[in-house]
Amino acid sequence: MKQKYLIRSASSLLGFMVITSQNVWADIQPYNMTEGVSDISNQVFGLHMLIFYICCVIGVLVFGAMAISIYRDRKSKGVTAAKFHESTSLEFLWTAVPFIILIGISIPSAKVLIAMEDTSGAEMTVKVTGYQWMWRYEYVDSDIDFYSILKTPRDEIYNKAEKNENYLLEVDNELVLPTNRKIRILLTSSDVLHAWWVPALALKKDAIPGYINQMWTVIDEPGVYRGQCAELCGRDHGFMPVVVRALPPEEYDQWVLDQEKKNMASSSKVNDKKVVEVTDSQVALNN
Amino acid sequence: MAQAESNYFVPHGSYWPITGSIAVCSLMVGFSNLLNGAMWGKHLMILGAVILIVMLFGWFGDVIKESESGTYNNQVDTSFRWGMFWFIFSEVMFFAAFFGALFYTRVYSLPWLGGEGTGATTNSYLWPSFEAIWPLTANGPGEIGGEFQTMGAWGLPAVNTALLLTSGVTLTWAHHALKANHRGQLIIGLFLTVALGAIFMVVQSIEYIHAYKDLGLTLGSGVYGSTFFLLTGFHGMHVTIGAIILFVILIRCIRGHFKPENHFGFEAAAWYWHFVDVVWLGLFIFVYWV
Amino acid sequence: MSTTTADDHHDEHHPSGMMRWITTTNHKDIGTLYLWFSFIMFFIGGFMALIIRTELFQPGMQFVDPQFFNSMTTMHAIIMIFGVVMPAFTGLANWLIPMMIGGTDMALPRMNNWSFWILPFAFTMMLSTLFMDGGGPAGGWTLYPPLSLQTGDALPFVIFAIHFMGMSSIMGAINVVATILNMRAPGMTLMRMPLFVWTWLITAYLLIAVMPVLAGGVTMLLTDKFFETSFFNAAGGGDPVLFQHIFWFFGHPEVYILILPSFGVVSSIIPTFARKPLFGYSSMVYATASIAFLSFIVWAHHMFTVGMPLAGQLFFMFATMLIAVPTGVKVFNWISTMWRGSMTFETPMLFSIAFIILFTIGGFSGLMLAITPADYQYHDTYFVVAHFHYVLVPGSIFAIIAAVYYWLPKWTGHMYNEFWGKTHFWLSTIFVNVTFFPMHFVGLAGMPRRIPDYALQFSDYNQIATIGAFGFGFAQLIFLWLVIATIRGGAKATDRVWEGAEGLEWTLTSPPPYHSFTTPPNVEAELGLASHK
Ligand code: HEA
Ligand code: HEA
Ligand code: CUA
Ligand SMILES: [Cu+2]
Repeated sequence: MKQKYLIRSASSLLGFMVITSQNVWADIQPYNMTEGVSDISNQVFGLHMLIFYICCVIGVLVFGAMAISIYRDRKSKGVTAAKFHESTSLEFLWTAVPFIILIGISIPSAKVLIAMEDTSGAEMTVKVTGYQWMWRYEYVDSDIDFYSILKTPRDEIYNKAEKNENYLLEVDNELVLPTNRKIRILLTSSDVLHAWWVPALALKKDAIPGYINQMWTVIDEPGVYRGQCAELCGRDHGFMPVVVRALPPEEYDQWVLDQEKKNMASSSKVNDKKVVEVTDSQVALNN
Repeated sequence: MAQAESNYFVPHGSYWPITGSIAVCSLMVGFSNLLNGAMWGKHLMILGAVILIVMLFGWFGDVIKESESGTYNNQVDTSFRWGMFWFIFSEVMFFAAFFGALFYTRVYSLPWLGGEGTGATTNSYLWPSFEAIWPLTANGPGEIGGEFQTMGAWGLPAVNTALLLTSGVTLTWAHHALKANHRGQLIIGLFLTVALGAIFMVVQSIEYIHAYKDLGLTLGSGVYGSTFFLLTGFHGMHVTIGAIILFVILIRCIRGHFKPENHFGFEAAAWYWHFVDVVWLGLFIFVYWV
Repeated sequence: MSTTTADDHHDEHHPSGMMRWITTTNHKDIGTLYLWFSFIMFFIGGFMALIIRTELFQPGMQFVDPQFFNSMTTMHAIIMIFGVVMPAFTGLANWLIPMMIGGTDMALPRMNNWSFWILPFAFTMMLSTLFMDGGGPAGGWTLYPPLSLQTGDALPFVIFAIHFMGMSSIMGAINVVATILNMRAPGMTLMRMPLFVWTWLITAYLLIAVMPVLAGGVTMLLTDKFFETSFFNAAGGGDPVLFQHIFWFFGHPEVYILILPSFGVVSSIIPTFARKPLFGYSSMVYATASIAFLSFIVWAHHMFTVGMPLAGQLFFMFATMLIAVPTGVKVFNWISTMWRGSMTFETPMLFSIAFIILFTIGGFSGLMLAITPADYQYHDTYFVVAHFHYVLVPGSIFAIIAAVYYWLPKWTGHMYNEFWGKTHFWLSTIFVNVTFFPMHFVGLAGMPRRIPDYALQFSDYNQIATIGAFGFGFAQLIFLWLVIATIRGGAKATDRVWEGAEGLEWTLTSPPPYHSFTTPPNVEAELGLASHK
């Protein structure tokens, strides 16, 4: 991608890159943002690193000057204070230079943002609805519709059992999506604000009751990607994770067929019943 | 600007502020309890209101006494002016929040709900039968609160506009009279202003009754009702306060207070009244008219 | 409460004991009240932070219920912002502005009393909600509907408490404006005012402009909850996001309200200990004004994920980034002030230097947040929490602490103990970083904010942060002790206190007389202005 290239080359210009390449950063994962598995998420990661390096350079200059001054200009060393207290050219310089740097940052940022907002040409649509406290996924083009709720057992939460590897990041029904297809995601909520977030896809948007927000993604690699609700939504805000399972297109199509077959077998009432069940168990979890 | 006078009046300890705190606190704690369904909150509210009135009489009484006894020099007068000016500015910003809400819903959120531009999905998935037209004749997409009709601009609201504009004129007349030391005209002008304010309040009450009884327009009438009543309601409250202030000023005039060259109490009340006036024009244009 | 002011006897019918403090109209008394109030609230708000950090020490729910956890987060923020930083600044303004501009007192002394004495009532009301049905407010300090409308009995109490806090700030701000515009001694022109006075003038303007907007916003919450209006309800044609716009139209200027007076404090301290005049005085003034102006047009950077139109997002991104320019000017000016100075490093200077460095780090993360596409990843994670604690704790709080060390000898007439001051400084600075630096990492790694429990990979950093928080809290006990000890006694402070101190307040005795300047000082002579400019 051209933008990706632009961002990367810009940041490599900063010299810092020579020592700490982005891949090294990406490897020591817990220290940094997820690089992710979509073109957009890679670009976002690139932007993040770009501005991070810029801040590092400015920081080194600014704090460096300060360090020199603190080291050198001490009364205990017998220096006397200079008298100067303004310099129009200097002041102009340090107004103009940051301004130019900012313009430099804003151009690639604007490009990525514009790309992120372009939901046109999607091959499929999923409608996601936030509930206190679970998600509902409706595949708009096929007849698939289910709820997704935290699977971590209560005992693990209340420290009565060993916590498993995916503690708090596991759900009963994962959102299954295909790789290499442009997927449009519609977001809304049935009660309060929620936000649907999967870091590996750099997708985060609020689910607002009464309104629909949109976003899109193309997932590059199959895998399981975990995220969480990212807008305070009450008591169990910390307990409504998002899990996306990305399948290669053929497997995904097969999955859709399987689901539709299952739906034919059972009536759509199942879903409604499930809401009630689920809400009850949620209450049980909390008491 | 800075002045050389050194005898700036600093009042001695005062009990009125703490009384005021107790008053507003009782008032609001009472109100909160009432809202939560505890009827005794009413009694606490009444108590708070009584203390508040006592406090206002006491505090302003002190100020008036000090003022009339010539304790205040020009510098104190300037402090009062700045104080009043910025207080009115804060009031302007308070109204700005509600005007902002009105503009936001009209320009942005309603069209979105109605499916304009990027709102297409919102409309088709969630509110397929909703069409955004202002004023909302139905009560918003969820049709909550029942049918209602909107308030036209050229009936009572136009009368009210005329009343308030006239009151601005009579007040200015009174002010000129004060400066020219024509006490008779001053009192007549002020009296007319207060009277016009009072009539305004009566007309607005009639308008509200009309809205509730005949038009079905209530606080619950979707966002139209919400913005309508909060904007006009808070304005009405300010008219009431302004009229009370002017009434107090009237009494003071009758008692012979104020001098042609020194009458900031009068001017502050006048500023406030003109501010209320201007807010009304905004209301008339954006709430009733366009 | 011990008194820091010399009583003067021309106030014959001046009540004593409790009543003196309740009825006082004196700017120093009121300043003292504000500062103590703020200090007490700091311990309450900090105690809540410690509850948060304790629960987050390990994954799993250990101590508190999630709802209570959320209400701790909410109250912690409201207390720290409205109960600590704002009153502390108003306290400093009360103490210092009349002395700095050569005035007698604040312009509107009785109202001054009321602006303080409404605060204890407001916070009692708010804290009492913890014991009500449904518990305290738990929707975050941002009070977003519809969630905040699910609050139990607490809702109206919290809303009215916020109204009171707003009234207090507005009255305080009006007083500051009137004082600055009207109480200056002859010769104290606007462009000769100390920067602390300038930053406060602009802060006061921000306060008067935005507190009423918050009041309007929470009033709409109240009517939506109790009077059937639908401002924030789509079914009635409203929009929950409307509240966010209103809130952040207040909220963003608010964060500059929390930092501008700090800039003023630091701009007073650095020249003193560098023994060199402040570099770029007038550009400092213009930078402050530009920050204030820009703060009104960037609010939606808190709402990049709500689904704004592209053009809106772009606009708010660019405008937000612009704030780095005037803020940078300030940072560069401070460093140029230090440059080629003759520095000593007493406690106030140490806190000011730490302020510059750590605030700048917080500013950098702010700039990263301003990049909309990246903010999609950062938003509502601990990265944001790290950002704003960097600008608020080693930012606002450090500046307040620096101010207290700097002016305490003037206020009390006693020097504080430099050894304990420095100890306090080093412990605070180390632990503040131990607490908040790891939050950048957990945030980037994906930990959302406002959660009482988290996935296993976030454990290590949370543990470090919790240890840091306790260390930082402990360090503040030293501060408390030191302040009390200094009020009680200690080496006598000279009038000028600091070798390099300039400004009218240092021409008064330490402690200063009850009424600062009963006759206006000769500004030009006192400031030695005849020599330059
Ligand atoms: C004192 C308070 C304070 C201050 C001063 C700031 C300063 C800034 N803040 Fe911060 N902010 C908060 C308090 C503050 N903030 C709070 C409380 C929140 C969270 C609220 C909540 O959600 O609960 C928040 C959240 C917040 C967000 C929303 C994040 C999100 O929720 O997703 C954003 C996004 O743009 C942001 C940006 C900025 C920027 C750009 C600045 C700038 O002003 C910073 C400017 C400073 C510098 C950049 C450093 C010095 C400059 C130089 C050395 C010059 C050269 C530099 C460059 C050219 C890079 N802040
Ligand atoms: C000026 C503002 C300010 C200040 C000073 C602080 C100070 C601190 N904050 Fe604050 N914080 C906010 C403003 C502030 N915060 C805001 C706006 C939010 C967002 C809220 C929201 O999401 O809605 C927030 C949220 C917030 C969170 C995120 C909560 C969440 O998302 O769920 C955390 C978590 O660690 C935290 C921690 C701390 C800590 C450890 C301190 C420490 O610096 C505190 C240090 C002080 C002490 C520790 C007190 C010392 C007292 C003692 C040691 C004595 C103890 C007493 C007894 C034992 C009787 N804060
Ligand atoms: Cu759903 Cu947070
Ligand atoms: Cu902001």
